Amino acid sequence: MSLFNVFDIAGSAMTAQSVRMNVTASNMANADSVSSSTGSTYRARHPIFETVFSDVMDGSVSKGVRVSGIIESQAELRKEYSPAHPQADGDGYVYYPNVNPIEEMTNMISASRSYQNNVEIINSSKQMLLQTLRMGQ
Amino acid sequence: MDNLFGIHATALKIRSSRAQLLASNIANADTPNYKARDIDFKQVLGAMAGDTANSKMDRTHAGHLDAHGTTANGADILYRTPNQSNLDGNTVDLHAERSAFMENTMMYQASLRFLNGKISGLQMAIRGEI
Repeated sequence: MSLFNVFDIAGSAMTAQSVRMNVTASNMANADSVSSSTGSTYRARHPIFETVFSDVMDGSVSKGVRVSGIIESQAELRKEYSPAHPQADGDGYVYYPNVNPIEEMTNMISASRSYQNNVEIINSSKQMLLQTLRMGQ
Repeated sequence: MDNLFGIHATALKIRSSRAQLLASNIANADTPNYKARDIDFKQVLGAMAGDTANSKMDRTHAGHLDAHGTTANGADILYRTPNQSNLDGNTVDLHAERSAFMENTMMYQASLRFLNGKISGLQMAIRGEI
């Protein structure tokens, strides 16, 4: 019964979207975590989504999604001259993470909308299944 | 007696496969390079009901390759033509997919309603009620 697979598919998408939300939250939380060197500064992270093909040979159509990895943004860090800062390096510079708050906010909205869509799919499929179970009663 | 439920039993099977496909599309709405897929309901139903004019090409040898991949009940899975191309290669149009899923759900429920009607009609006949 392929309706049961819908729960797996939509569930995998909800997991992936919640990972995306977590990463976004982490980026936003660390948006102002300054550091005294480029190596130790927080860098914005982004999840990479990938389609899961259940088994190509059996002709199955069940395709969920998963997070295949999380990459760190290689964009340049923001360097600010503030010699009074306790974290300042020898030249008086501190380094800010390369988190773009606008990008993160749009990412968060997109993730939460996608999550909601998948919840709706699960609810509709549940209704379809329950009605099928009640058939003939 | 086998024909009592007519096309609706087949339609339910195809509708549930289609629900799975559309759920895959919606689940992969944010996956780069994912190509949205769907089945042609009319063609599949025709093929399953024995309508040869609408059916697909036969695979007469085990070594023949399947052009598109098939669902569990043998339906050809086709690729959707995107209305608007995405930079990341994803062809899922979320609104189209959602409305297709909703339409599919309604049609599934319609088939269920027909089946329920047939079953209650049968039960009335068995009990001898009018």
